[in-house]
Amino acid sequence: MDSTAALVFEDVSKTFAAGGLSVRALDHVSIKTRPGLVTGLIGPDSAGKTTLMRLATGLLLPDSGSIHALGIDVLQRPLEVQSSVGYMPQRFGLYEDLTVQENLDLYADLQGVAPADRPARYRELMHMTGLAPFTRRLAGRLSGGMKQKLGLACTLVQPPRLLLLDEPTVGVDPVSRRELWAIVYRQVRDEGMSVLLSTAYLDEAERCDDVILMHAGRRLGQGTPASFSEPMRGRSFHVTAPSLGKRSLQTRLSGVPGIVDAIIEGEQVRVVTSAAGLPALPDIPDLTTSAAEPDFEDAFIAILKGDQSGATPAAATLDSHRVAQSAADKAVIEVRDLQRRFGDFHAVKAVSFSVQRGEIFGLLGANGAGKTTTFRMLCGLLPVSAGEVHVAGLDLRHAAARVRGRLGYMAQRFSLYADLTVLQNLRFFASAYGLNRRRSKQRISWSLDAFELEDYANARSADLPLGYKQRLAMAAALMHEPDILFLDEPTSGVDPLARREFWQHINALAEAGVTVLVTTHFMDEANYCDRLVIMAEGEVLAEGTPADMKARCRSKETPDPTMEDAFIALIEAHENTRKASAA
Amino acid sequence: MKPGAAKRMRLAGMIRKESLQILRDPSSIAIAFVMPVVLLLLFGYGVSLDARKVPLAMVVEQPDASTASLIGAFRHSEYFEPQSFDSIQTAQQAFDLHEVFGIVWLRNDFSRRLLAEGDAPIGVIVNGVDANQARITGGYIQGVWQAWLADYARRHGVKLRAPVMLEPRIWFNAAVRSRNFLVPGLIAVIMTLIGAMLTSMVVAREWERGTMEALMVTPIRIGELVIGKLVPYFLLGMGGMLLSVAMALWQFDVPLRGSFWVLTAASALFMLVALGMGLLLSVVAKNQFVAGQVSIVVTFLPAFILSGFIFSIGSMPEPIQWITYLIPARYYVAILQSLFLAGDIWPIVLSNSAALLVMMVIFLGLARRKFHKRLDA
Repeated sequence: MDSTAALVFEDVSKTFAAGGLSVRALDHVSIKTRPGLVTGLIGPDSAGKTTLMRLATGLLLPDSGSIHALGIDVLQRPLEVQSSVGYMPQRFGLYEDLTVQENLDLYADLQGVAPADRPARYRELMHMTGLAPFTRRLAGRLSGGMKQKLGLACTLVQPPRLLLLDEPTVGVDPVSRRELWAIVYRQVRDEGMSVLLSTAYLDEAERCDDVILMHAGRRLGQGTPASFSEPMRGRSFHVTAPSLGKRSLQTRLSGVPGIVDAIIEGEQVRVVTSAAGLPALPDIPDLTTSAAEPDFEDAFIAILKGDQSGATPAAATLDSHRVAQSAADKAVIEVRDLQRRFGDFHAVKAVSFSVQRGEIFGLLGANGAGKTTTFRMLCGLLPVSAGEVHVAGLDLRHAAARVRGRLGYMAQRFSLYADLTVLQNLRFFASAYGLNRRRSKQRISWSLDAFELEDYANARSADLPLGYKQRLAMAAALMHEPDILFLDEPTSGVDPLARREFWQHINALAEAGVTVLVTTHFMDEANYCDRLVIMAEGEVLAEGTPADMKARCRSKETPDPTMEDAFIALIEAHENTRKASAA
Repeated sequence: MKPGAAKRMRLAGMIRKESLQILRDPSSIAIAFVMPVVLLLLFGYGVSLDARKVPLAMVVEQPDASTASLIGAFRHSEYFEPQSFDSIQTAQQAFDLHEVFGIVWLRNDFSRRLLAEGDAPIGVIVNGVDANQARITGGYIQGVWQAWLADYARRHGVKLRAPVMLEPRIWFNAAVRSRNFLVPGLIAVIMTLIGAMLTSMVVAREWERGTMEALMVTPIRIGELVIGKLVPYFLLGMGGMLLSVAMALWQFDVPLRGSFWVLTAASALFMLVALGMGLLLSVVAKNQFVAGQVSIVVTFLPAFILSGFIFSIGSMPEPIQWITYLIPARYYVAILQSLFLAGDIWPIVLSNSAALLVMMVIFLGLARRKFHKRLDA
């Protein structure tokens, strides 16, 4: 056994039994993390990340294999491990009815921090997390990002030698994400801490010293981020064709043999090839190509698609989904000074925007920015406190029912009947929308075909892989051929491959003339939108195309800003004006 | 830091956290203090197993001095509210409409047969839908009748035919107030509510919200976790018990004939049994909804129905009687009723306490054994 390693897994397997099925969460996994470094555990949902963390802390017992944390055998001496590591579960267990200070006190008591050492440690943690002004606030009243930082502070009350963080940045706004990373690196630098951090955000891989790539319970590789992306050199390209538009270009390119991945990135299409060099591309007049700097995501997709051995589904054929193209340039959704209050809480304050027919329009913001509330008002699910909303030319306040007949809505969480089969769900939605027999038969067969659900038609919805659940939910929302589609966080928790495929469906719909309104907290997904608004604390901070947004924050330090840079710049500017007006 | 000091610190931290949560959670306070008051008021005032002011139809076919005297006797009784009817038909109509609960029928030959013949010259009809009420009303009518008859015979210097006069003497609850045994029994129900239901839900809440997962990866031992959870709820339950006893004594004038300290000790023992049940449930269920529902079915309802608090165990069918031995509240209700109404009856107190002690060891022991610092156990 290597005594210098922080965490060692040797041939560990773990199977869960769920409803007669057994799911292999970890399949003969061996890993070794080096001390004093931040090791990233990267993988899509259900890769086995959380299981691995829980095994490392002795919260689960493996079926086979051995685990050592800080040189201690976890199976033999779990209590000793639990006493010496710091662990922040995915939903860190903050006591929401206790204040920030009381939460800290509890963990200081549990970790045995001497009363004399506490004031200094508290001061340091509160300074680091920026929570100093809120020590007397109930934890439940903190924003998502602040909760996460408090969770980290509680874990760090007694600096552990090994810190295990399970998806600490999920659903957290980009500013808080950066702060969390800064805190983690400070611990590594000042205390020599070893950190294992899991994430489903691929861009976070590049912030780690070392990366373990997981997929479907198996370890696909381990190394520095560069060791993953470097072999991709010569396989990543940017392609543009102004005559075609980025969406059509993406659709054309993703069908080309030799191309494993084609995604929209800004105004270009990023292409990853299966071997060095570009394959023969379709004959498009103004096509230009240039080599792109390879990143971790390119490698991830290439490895995963190799792992799945070419199970790439083609983009949906949505030919039958044609929408009347009359009055093409008239705004389909018109929102003016929309407001919503819950008691004295102003969830949405004076939001205005308009969406044109056939547009993909994004609402981008962190959790709690007011996206879902706005959405629910647009669907007529939540009464408007003040302001005007016109959907498809109808005033929402007077014709909510007629508006709902024109739109399809896909809720944030899987809202179909988990106990029904795919077919039963589709039939139910067909009858709920009042389709007649002939039409419902036609639409159901279209759904099964377009979303490739035939193989699963008689499977229980609960047992579907997440990506297929997502497809089913979308098929249900499209059952009555709506000309407007509302998608609330459609891709949260979906792995990168399924996300790509999902966006292909959305693109195809937009091409067919369907207006799509989508909320997301994935900054990179904003690139798929034609236009978007960025929201924070119930306000619209900016409206425009993704390129506009990024252009606004271009500076000497960031010549080629990402959407995340643009977002952070906007939030910071917003905070500054608020501070200035408060002063 | 010395291990002992660290242990004390962890325990104190848990107890402090749990107490703060109780104080901030309106539902804990409601279950611990508002519910007992509501239940006590409801059972103390609303539910009564006594007959009182029962509307009674008096049919007098031929009024004279003796019938007037008998009606006067009914009128003076606090149990009845007699209304006069002149024929049995009109009385029956009132009976059918539930305007009266019973009919006392004095036929036209009442005065003649009263002393002359041996058979009863008085007809009584009682609504038997509520069997309990019917039995009690029938008994009270009988009581009034016999008292009046004895008095009548004495005044007229006549020897009564009835050879034996029954003169019941009621012990322990001389006023036969059902409140006197309902209110002490209710304390068992209230403590079950706090001990088993509240506890099972707050522990399950930690599993549900994921706070347990973070808690487990700290140096805390399971034993400390269990004690840290139990202490605040033990105190809360004892607070509920004291509140109930105070209300019983001063609000409902229920006598406490036994020792207060014996009562406190027996209650503490029962509280630990209830906490053990609650803890065991939450460790097994790990879900607030399930823990809450199951605790109602396996702890709260049995404490209500099978503990002898309302329904006498002696009059239950034998198989059900066997089941009641599994209900901890049964032993506690027996202790409560003897302490309140009879006094320190040591054989009862000690034997029932022994049963509670065994149950406490079983439940707390099982909870401790089932409670692991693991998620898949």
